Amino acid sequence: MKPWLWLVVFVAACALVPVFGNNYALRLATIMCLYAGLALSWNFIGGMAGYPSFAAAAFFGLGAYVSAVLQSKGLPIGVTWAAAGLGATVFAALIGMAILHLKGHYFAIASLAVVEVLREVVNTAEDLTGGGMGMNIPLPGMPVDVQARLFFFAMLTMTVLLLAVTIVVSRSKLGFGLRCISQNEDAADILGIDTTFYKVAAFCLSAFGVAVIGAIYASWVQYIEPPDVFDILYSVKPLVMVLLGGLGTIFGPVIGAVIYLALEELVWRNFLTVHAAVLGGLIVALVLFLPNGIGAVIRDRTKRAAVRS
Amino acid sequence: MTALLELRNVSRRFGGLVAVNDVTLKIAEGEIVGLLGPNGAGKTTLVNVVTGVHPATGGQVLFEGRDITRVPPFRIARSGLARTFQIVQPFPKMTVVENVAAAALFAGRAEGMAEAFEAARRHLDFTGLGDAADQVASTLTLAKRKRLEFAKGLAMNPKLLMLDEVNAGLNSAEVEDAMRLIRKIADSGVTILIIEHIMKVVLSVSRRLLVLHHGELIADGLPEEVTNDRRVIEAYLGKRYAEKAGR
Amino acid sequence: MIYFQVLANGLVLGGLYACIAVGFSLVWGVLNVINILHGTFIVLGSYIALFSYNLLGIHPFVSVVTAGAALYLIGHAVQSTLVNRVIAAPVLMTLTLTFGLDLLLNNLMLVAFKADYRKLVLENPLGQLEIGPVFMPLDRVAAMGLALLLTFLLYRLLRDSRIGRAIVAVRMDREAASLMGVDVSRINAVTFGLGAMMAGAAGSLLSIVYPISPLNSGMFLGKAFVICVLGGLGSVPGAIVGGLALGIIESFGAIWFGPEHAVTISFALLILILIFRPAGLIGKRGFE
Repeated sequence: MKPWLWLVVFVAACALVPVFGNNYALRLATIMCLYAGLALSWNFIGGMAGYPSFAAAAFFGLGAYVSAVLQSKGLPIGVTWAAAGLGATVFAALIGMAILHLKGHYFAIASLAVVEVLREVVNTAEDLTGGGMGMNIPLPGMPVDVQARLFFFAMLTMTVLLLAVTIVVSRSKLGFGLRCISQNEDAADILGIDTTFYKVAAFCLSAFGVAVIGAIYASWVQYIEPPDVFDILYSVKPLVMVLLGGLGTIFGPVIGAVIYLALEELVWRNFLTVHAAVLGGLIVALVLFLPNGIGAVIRDRTKRAAVRS
Repeated sequence: MTALLELRNVSRRFGGLVAVNDVTLKIAEGEIVGLLGPNGAGKTTLVNVVTGVHPATGGQVLFEGRDITRVPPFRIARSGLARTFQIVQPFPKMTVVENVAAAALFAGRAEGMAEAFEAARRHLDFTGLGDAADQVASTLTLAKRKRLEFAKGLAMNPKLLMLDEVNAGLNSAEVEDAMRLIRKIADSGVTILIIEHIMKVVLSVSRRLLVLHHGELIADGLPEEVTNDRRVIEAYLGKRYAEKAGR
Repeated sequence: MIYFQVLANGLVLGGLYACIAVGFSLVWGVLNVINILHGTFIVLGSYIALFSYNLLGIHPFVSVVTAGAALYLIGHAVQSTLVNRVIAAPVLMTLTLTFGLDLLLNNLMLVAFKADYRKLVLENPLGQLEIGPVFMPLDRVAAMGLALLLTFLLYRLLRDSRIGRAIVAVRMDREAASLMGVDVSRINAVTFGLGAMMAGAAGSLLSIVYPISPLNSGMFLGKAFVICVLGGLGSVPGAIVGGLALGIIESFGAIWFGPEHAVTISFALLILILIFRPAGLIGKRGFE
């Protein structure tokens, strides 16, 4: 029952932000939920199944564009978000069946190529997407601060949903099977696990989460263009956050997202021109000194403390 | 006699190399069969062919009369055909009981996680690993890892259990323990195929031997027939020895 | 007749591409590390050529040596101090590490050299080569020739030298090589150094073809990916075949579909090949 308790604590803490915080705090909290949602989504395929996917940026952009195009056709915003999630899930199932039989670096590269191709496709489909000009998707008739709250709660809801799914999956047959696959796929196969189905399922969960978040993001910023929403950093950041918090754990991605956002804010404010370099340095330090994430360090500390007392 | 497992003219090629060549055999329910052959004879490849890891490039594999030649490994595993690995393959970061529970859950048709873990503990007790249940698999000694393979195989609730070199790397006391365990498993109604390259070990439990050499089945029969077969002696001891023995 | 010109363009480009990819392929094949830094290494080589030419008047073809040597030292240092520490970790870790290093180095280059595209303009170009209907600047042809020569030299090095044989041994079986007395971490560092050296040399040659900017590193890296997948992994002939194939595909793709789609075509091709022929167009199974 403990994870559910932490989930409630998390929601309560977040829900307090719009009550007490100013606009800056609300913006940060929205980004935090966005990051946490991306990290939780990536964790299904990258953490649980152990497949180094770089496809997140493809799903993010796909979700953003599906939602934006449907909004421009006059569909209600909530419907477009759901459609984005479902569309990306179908897309991930098709792509997943094609590339999830690849291992290691080959899978990583194939997933990376999906981002490139999709970005160019969107760039080319000018009639629908405006191509390189981008798309404007204004949300008329709503005061700015109401909008800010709306998008914050939308992001929060999505994050909470993904966290709940993570808890359920990690205790279910699916989560168990994915852990087996990540540790020894051949042995998993011979033990009767339908590895293709399990991997595709994890890939689809991951795509669904990322795409809905991308869709909410598009509505939030109200203007999208291909290089922005298909930015490869949307693939890399969740990976770094999950590494920070601990691969394949339940709350690791959320903890990682919070720490990452804090670092990013600090770096952006103080080292604007070299922020990428500082981020790179952080990643290097993380891989070399904290390969199991900060979560593992905390767990070890508490374990040691428990042994001592 | 309807065979539990039947191979009809099964071959497996890897590029130009023929690892298994035109093998035909039947295994009946309740048998303990030994599959022998010098190193590199194609024994493990044959197991891989049967379990669908490297499907046959020629011929047919039938299990309970059904053609499973092109069935993917996970389906074969679920249909009651289990194997252990020569090189033990646990999920290293999981505990012993989780390893076995995975087998029970995915192939052994346990309903839900709780039942799988219950079954897993039962199989661990049966194989004498009950005390190590909550240890992380990668910390086990080799002998215990081999036992874990047994437990995993059993948890799959198999009709046929193929044991690939379960004795490699064990000392003689451990081998005896393993043999005792194999007899115990056979008594519980599981058909067993033991793959070995040391003949002596198999003779203590098997009533029927198969011998594979250069990918071909060169003998199939009672232990005393097989051990006197000229081709078998040649394969194991060389041609000269066979001629000297005058057979 | 335009097709001859397009084909010639493709071949010249392809020779340079082979040189871009061969170092990347070597590191991937031997160390099982995807070196995200490779594109940035190439750009660094281009800057060395640019500054050598503008400040000292040294021709880029000569700078191939200095750029190669400088990048070798950098590569060797990166592997022996950083990458070697996580070489046994899962793919995700090494990939993330080189990604982080790339962010770092590329950003520093942006700060030092600025993002704007610079051109290295040769004062005394070699003129035009004219064969029938095909025109080609001689400098480019010479650059391609040098690129292929360098690639060939790497091939001989791997085949004939002691260190080359040790690298091949590590590629085939890391453990067996170490049991036979090969100092695997040193070989790792040498291999990474050689990969970086080829990047530096290629960058120097490319300086007369492409405008120079840190922003180009991603493009070079993408090409290296595609070439490795096209030609198959970790072999020098594979990189040459893949490089030439990509050069020709890009040239024809540009006239048939428009130059703006060159990248899409090559990446779409990459996905298709990974799905249907993961070992590359030639060569044996390369994937784990």
